[in-house]
Amino acid sequence: MSFLDYAPAPESTAILNLQKSYGLFIGGEFVDGHGSSFATISPSTEKAITTVAEATEADIDRAVAAARKAYDKTWSRMSGSERGKYLFRIARILQERSRELAVAESLDNGKPIRETRDVDIPLVAAWFFYYAGWADKLEYAGLGPNPQALGVAAQIIPWNFPLLMLAWKIAPALAAGNTVVLKPAETTPLTALLFAEICQQAELPAGVVNIVTGAGKTGAALVAHPDINKVAFTGSTPVGRRIAQTLAGSSTRVTLELGGKGANIIFEDAAIDQAIEGVVSGIFFNQGHVCCAGSRLLVQENIHDDVVSRLQRRLSTLRLGDPLDKNTDIGAVNSKAQLARITELANSGDDEGAHRWSAACEIPSKGFWFPPTVFTDVHTSHRIAREEIFGPVLSVMTFRTPDEAVAKANNTPYGLSAGIWTEKASRMLAIADKLRAGVIWANTFNKFDPASPFGGYKESGYGREGGRQGLFPYLESSGWTKGGR
Amino acid sequence: MTRVPAVHHTPRSQTVLGGSPTEKALKRFLEGIPGVDTVGAEARAAGFNTRSIKTSSKIWGLNTIISMVDLTTLEGADTPGKVRTLAKKATMPDPLDLSAPSVAAVCVYGDMVAETKAALGDWHISQRPDGVSVAAVATAFPSGRASLPVKITDTEFAVAEGADEIDMVIDRGAFLAGKVSLVFDQIVQVKEACKRPDGSYAHLKVILETGELATLDNVRRASWLAILAGADFIKTSTGKVQPAATLPVTTTMLEVIRDWHAMTGEQIGMKPAGGIRASKDALRYLVAVAETVGEEWLTPDLFRFGASSLLNDVVMQRQKMITGHYSGPDYVSVD
Amino acid sequence: MARLSIPKTYKLYIGGKFPRSESGHTFEVVTPQGKFLANAAKASRKDARDAVASARSAQAGFAGLTAYNRGQILYRIAEVLEGRRDQFVDEIRASEGVNAQAAARQVEHAIDTWVWYAGFADKYAQVAGNGNPVAGPYFNLSTPEATGVVVALAPAGAKGESLLGLSAVLAPIMTSGNATVLLAHPTQPLSAISFAEVLATSDVPAGVVNILTGDPEPLMPWLAAHADVNALDLSGGSASDWVAWQSDAAETLKRVVPPTVGIPARSLERIVAFTETKTVWHTKALG
Repeated sequence: MSFLDYAPAPESTAILNLQKSYGLFIGGEFVDGHGSSFATISPSTEKAITTVAEATEADIDRAVAAARKAYDKTWSRMSGSERGKYLFRIARILQERSRELAVAESLDNGKPIRETRDVDIPLVAAWFFYYAGWADKLEYAGLGPNPQALGVAAQIIPWNFPLLMLAWKIAPALAAGNTVVLKPAETTPLTALLFAEICQQAELPAGVVNIVTGAGKTGAALVAHPDINKVAFTGSTPVGRRIAQTLAGSSTRVTLELGGKGANIIFEDAAIDQAIEGVVSGIFFNQGHVCCAGSRLLVQENIHDDVVSRLQRRLSTLRLGDPLDKNTDIGAVNSKAQLARITELANSGDDEGAHRWSAACEIPSKGFWFPPTVFTDVHTSHRIAREEIFGPVLSVMTFRTPDEAVAKANNTPYGLSAGIWTEKASRMLAIADKLRAGVIWANTFNKFDPASPFGGYKESGYGREGGRQGLFPYLESSGWTKGGR
Repeated sequence: MTRVPAVHHTPRSQTVLGGSPTEKALKRFLEGIPGVDTVGAEARAAGFNTRSIKTSSKIWGLNTIISMVDLTTLEGADTPGKVRTLAKKATMPDPLDLSAPSVAAVCVYGDMVAETKAALGDWHISQRPDGVSVAAVATAFPSGRASLPVKITDTEFAVAEGADEIDMVIDRGAFLAGKVSLVFDQIVQVKEACKRPDGSYAHLKVILETGELATLDNVRRASWLAILAGADFIKTSTGKVQPAATLPVTTTMLEVIRDWHAMTGEQIGMKPAGGIRASKDALRYLVAVAETVGEEWLTPDLFRFGASSLLNDVVMQRQKMITGHYSGPDYVSVD
Repeated sequence: MARLSIPKTYKLYIGGKFPRSESGHTFEVVTPQGKFLANAAKASRKDARDAVASARSAQAGFAGLTAYNRGQILYRIAEVLEGRRDQFVDEIRASEGVNAQAAARQVEHAIDTWVWYAGFADKYAQVAGNGNPVAGPYFNLSTPEATGVVVALAPAGAKGESLLGLSAVLAPIMTSGNATVLLAHPTQPLSAISFAEVLATSDVPAGVVNILTGDPEPLMPWLAAHADVNALDLSGGSASDWVAWQSDAAETLKRVVPPTVGIPARSLERIVAFTETKTVWHTKALG
């Protein structure tokens, strides 16, 4: 028996108390949607979990109206301290129900329970705790003595960190005094609906948070609604472009958090074992479904072979399988469509002459899976060096000098994240200065904190989430131009 | 006397340094070794802590841990009676289940070696392959603060008394003062003192006393130094200084062993000692070994736990798995 | 026959425990009408010395917690205080002689003060600290950190309000990670010791807050001159010869916050007053 074939250590789903179907959460209650209901499935077993409603334009209208009413009559008249107390309540309930939420998230998204339990859900609670404290301190945000909320915010979030992306959107918006209509991704609506129940448990005033489920059509209707003051979108760059185009000329404020092709730069003097961990965490954490993934490895040429062999050795201890097994490191790809995209791009790597290596994993018969994969001999013109794969695929390239590392790292329309591995602090700081990326991790990777602003340069979007700067997208100072409203 | 004594070389140091291990050559080699980012190292260790070892993996793990224990008593108050009781326990850790494995070794001060060996009798490793060895601490354990001749004599005495294994301490003062060739040479000479008349050597574990080395960079460098000088095993601590063994320190040392094996094909052993009291913690060390250096190291020949109270906890956990109910201190023996 | 109640014994709060004064002295606590309420411990100079030692040993650990953690602890204080609302309302009515409504308002205001500061723990550094754009190839960052051990005199409002007073000074001192020796209101100390019960059950590490009851006057000269105290909060000292204390404190260059009239308002300044700003430089070069 191999010790490394750890015996099954399943997390039970008995903790869940799911409905057979969910409606839309509008005005503090679950109501029927008028579109065609659809199932959400577990991507590791392909079994249906529950059914959710599809919000039509009429449903969106009702949701925005509920948010507007709540803003006008209740939320904008409430003191910041009282608003903060609601957010503190929500944070506390999130902590109390954290195990349940972690199981639900793993089930619906496909990511390992270890990640939802140890990373996603704790950050969700922390995000609400953090922004709760800002609600009555907006005069300290840096936007003058009396910044104002924008009104109703339309928020659209992706499937890769469903509840965490919800927290990133709702917490600052509410703290700043806005009300929201949020659409979760169609493949991961479950935890957003559980969050709606939590809003009820916290006695949040009706209409302050509204959750509308649906797919692209629902999202488009929400963005185009005439009575919203703000759009916040996290998702793919193509959709982000469309939103920016749609809203050109309007007074609706927009923030976008889009794709990335982050470069992880390893210098010869790096703390090598920790750098390997950082590369692994950078691209294989969350199955690589991370906008800020370190999907390009730029390694100093003189240590290339050593780094690649250490990486391969380390990857052979990763376990792929049932997301609800506590020892699983790599879970399921979120959907069939996403698996097809990853596969197509990986194949292009083969076609364009890069060399593929994948960790030997037993792939389950049902569900959507892709083993951790490393491409070497990658060149800057390859598709796998330029396009976001959004999967567990790493493209390895080399550099000779610090200048060349910077040039290669910046040579992308994206600009979300980067990693720098070196023991020499002066070099690290100088490189950080020159990288055109919104988040730079030095000697670490994929670290998130509600106090730390996150967001991209260039085509990775604009606006920041987290920190004091994370309030700016939801406020305006008294002196800001109010055109066209 | 300020003259630095001649540094003996070893086959290993010859291979790696390509010449004699002078102070300069050793220093340059050690300084060229990549550093350790402590935050990252601690995060990796925390990752081992999240492994969930259940059912069949757990029972295998518990049995393996028992077989890897160096059951230890190193007190000023040790008496023949104490070591006899410990030796008996080493052969039958679970008084209620004789099918439980025996431990790897009993670890005592040099002047208790003869008593211990006699107490083991037929259970001594020389009498049966699954027997128990006698390990002795030497070289002015735990501080290491004595002259080299005294440390050599300490070692020779224990070997002559019948010790199968010697756990020596490095000179931490010399290491922290940068006198690496002194540290190196002491290990070489102690290894030589492990030689028996018949030409065989007692097995040498080199204790780094990682709690005093303070940084993981130092732990890494000291590990390389000890291996180059001829260690069969590298060991974290004497158990007399806090902190003793920790998962990040152990992982750092295992990484050196892994890299040495990749470089030379040689397998060096590792022993964390002190501070490991619960089965849960010990199981995490097994995970660290398997995932850092490989499952071939999960054998008493290459991995030991320096512990005393750990054994009872492991036995109780094993009892629970077999009987199905929680056990208690009344069902294991007091040593 | 009505049930006989069990009156509480009011002791000091030092190092997470509730000891009597080492001097064995107590003093009578009475209602505004002069009716006997309790014999509270009368802290001695040695108690004060022990409190400072206890604060010092706890301070580094408390400041070493993440700001998030500290915020959680302060929020927990608010939760526990809210849970004990009625206990405090009753005590305040008895010792301050106010009606139920006024007592409830004071307790609510105190709870909200803790919530306000809890929410600032992981933010004030983002407002009071910053990167500095120096003219050279240097990374330069300023961050505020806790000053260390603070001795604070709890103020009273025009109407007593000892619970609110102590909250208004203690919360901002704790936010950044300082450890405190708090001298309770001299004639209305009961809320302070009951509040210590809240601290003891709110994950506040032992020694982070120490509360002394009794007469501050004989203790303050010793505390003001104590070389292991970093700052004085004299908010509650307006009725005393506080200038002498400030002068004593000058010997060791303590940071001193002078008295306020009434109860201090919530502010960022009160947090920052008990911090030191540390600025770190580092070279930046590609080669």
